[in-house]
Amino acid sequence: MRNLLAVWAGKATLGLSRRLGHGGSSLPGMVALRIQPALLLELARGLRRGTIIITGTNGKTTTARFLSTILEDAGLRLVHNRSGANLVAGLTSSFLEASRGGVVDADIALMEVDEATVPEAVRELRPLGLVVTNFFRDQLDRFGELDTTVSFIGRGLDAMQGHGFVALNADDPLVAYLGRGRGGHVVYYGVEDPASGSKVMTQTREQCQCLVCGRPLTYEVFYYGHLGRYGCPTGDFRRPAPGFRAGAVALGGSGGTAFTLSSPDRPDTQVRLPVPGLYNVYNGLAALTAALELGIPVERAAASLRRATASFGRMERIAMEGRSVLLALVKNPTGYNQVLRTILESGLPAGSPGRRLLMALNDKYADGTDVSWIWDVDFEVLAEPGAQVAGVVASGERAHDLAVRLKYAGVRRDQIQCVPDLGEALDLALGSTPAGETLFITPTYTAMLELRGIISRRGFAPQFWETGGEAAQP
Amino acid sequence: MRLRVCHLYPDLMNLYGDRGNVITLTRRCLWRGIDLEVVPVGLGERVDFTRFDLLFMGGGQDKEQRLICDDFRQVKGTALAEAVEDGAAFLAICGAYQLLGRYYETGSGERLSGIGVLDVETRAGKKRMIGNVVVTSALDVGRTRTLVGFENHSGRTHLGPRVNALGNVCLGYGNNGEDGWEGAVYRNVVATYLHGSILPKNPWLADWLIAQALGRRYGEGTPLAPLDDTLERAAHDAAITHAESLARQDRTPRGRAVPGATRRVRT
Repeated sequence: MRNLLAVWAGKATLGLSRRLGHGGSSLPGMVALRIQPALLLELARGLRRGTIIITGTNGKTTTARFLSTILEDAGLRLVHNRSGANLVAGLTSSFLEASRGGVVDADIALMEVDEATVPEAVRELRPLGLVVTNFFRDQLDRFGELDTTVSFIGRGLDAMQGHGFVALNADDPLVAYLGRGRGGHVVYYGVEDPASGSKVMTQTREQCQCLVCGRPLTYEVFYYGHLGRYGCPTGDFRRPAPGFRAGAVALGGSGGTAFTLSSPDRPDTQVRLPVPGLYNVYNGLAALTAALELGIPVERAAASLRRATASFGRMERIAMEGRSVLLALVKNPTGYNQVLRTILESGLPAGSPGRRLLMALNDKYADGTDVSWIWDVDFEVLAEPGAQVAGVVASGERAHDLAVRLKYAGVRRDQIQCVPDLGEALDLALGSTPAGETLFITPTYTAMLELRGIISRRGFAPQFWETGGEAAQP
Repeated sequence: MRLRVCHLYPDLMNLYGDRGNVITLTRRCLWRGIDLEVVPVGLGERVDFTRFDLLFMGGGQDKEQRLICDDFRQVKGTALAEAVEDGAAFLAICGAYQLLGRYYETGSGERLSGIGVLDVETRAGKKRMIGNVVVTSALDVGRTRTLVGFENHSGRTHLGPRVNALGNVCLGYGNNGEDGWEGAVYRNVVATYLHGSILPKNPWLADWLIAQALGRRYGEGTPLAPLDDTLERAAHDAAITHAESLARQDRTPRGRAVPGATRRVRT
């Protein structure tokens, strides 16, 4: 009875908040949990198979999106918190949406979960599987320090008590260390293609000390950030051999990527992803690992990924006033560096005056209130001779910080415009982009929501919840 | 002209965009035709600090602090303390600030000894002090300047009688959230909890450090050519306005000083 009441109240809140033009997100869950604190546990019990939790700093949303495409193709009904509202209230909201008469009608719940919420989510949801993508510095002001973030996941894994599978990124020492000496079913995934990495680390480095003895790890190859093939010189910790491997990686600029997937007891399979960047190879690989662990045949999973789309703002193309607008969410240095690399690798039409960018930096809670991370982004690549950047508009609440960062990166002063108002910045940037060319927009989370709002009010993009994405954290 | 900067532990101590400070020093020297060489120095390396005009060290987590603490004790501590007494210019942020002091006591009660050139003591508190900061400082002789930045620390630092504060907190927590002081100054050492990074939005402090370094190598009063800081000053002012508006929403605590106040740093 209490469940029904809680579900009803939550659903009513959901309806109301939609009618007021908000995307829904956390509020309905908050209301329902007030009435029935154990509601998430109760609703999750109704799942025919169970829950998959996806966590880590970068790639949660895209990995979940890829996995949902594969699972839906396999005929499974899903509960999925597509919103990115990934605290407990947000998780509850997505269950509410999928419930009929107080019961959830679904096979699997696909939950992307904020790192700090993982221990609680594991206790409530008792997952079938948990996927950890990577650990980079992100919103350190929220969790304190990276070690704290990693320890949240460790406590989450402990709470699984050996049930279900754990899929870990072998190439990230911070993630791989979580599997060391752990019982239960732990599988690793990783890239095995030294040609797509480099011998030296070019980007900001997280700590790369051995987690056992504290000595600096040595790397045979870096893929990006601190991801690579590493080992401790004393031999007490090294990259675990991954069972799920991506080889022969082909990065095709903003077009897409391809790789060969090898996995235990299955034939090598060619995988094509319609989204760019090495980081998306990791996202695809993580999704495939989970799908295969759930018993989906490898050929079918690979075929589904071929038509996967970029998730909400993660790398979306929108046609606007005769220009192509490429929207790429940025949240931390490693992700930003990957996005910059992808932008600079994209083709430029003959005779073009150069690439046009709009960068938007906000400092609300969901963006991270500390913007000092922009000094760890390698904006210097924009000033390299081959970059062919014609102009950058810096925008958002911290537009000035960004403008200064670009100046110190060596971008010419007359190529930097500082326009805090996002609407004005968009007008200016679109206006200076020649017809038929691309405007690259790199917003932080709340700046992206704001920009999507502006773009859709002008009639160019669907309202975001129609595309399966939705707002926001508190 | 040329200057040499020693960047201490760049791999381990770079927590909140600290490398932005080195980028800023490098560019501001480059724009003036000063050749600035940055030499990274890591664990276990013995260094003749007299070869450098300016030292820089950023912040790190407890784990890294422990490694640095050992390295100070076994390898660099004495030489570093001598360089400071000799008047080397030094910018120390957060974790570096703590380890130049007498000790840093972690949340678990472990006491990491510092080199003690700064007469300060730090103990970790339960609550992290996180947010935007605005400070007034009398470091630049004859002028009251403001510093803007962001702080994120659980360490509470208390100043002893042998150091000056870097400034008075207008907005934010500062050294300990209680006494209204931020940072410490001793000889040519500037130690602070502010990142953001601190130097890009406070170009006057970057130039103060460069001036000390030039003075040491080429004699007092070596002139420093002015630069066009329109963009930097706009960012500085925008950060103050932003911090003020957050304070009005009670998201940043208020200190006792007000921006632009002429209260003297204690001596």
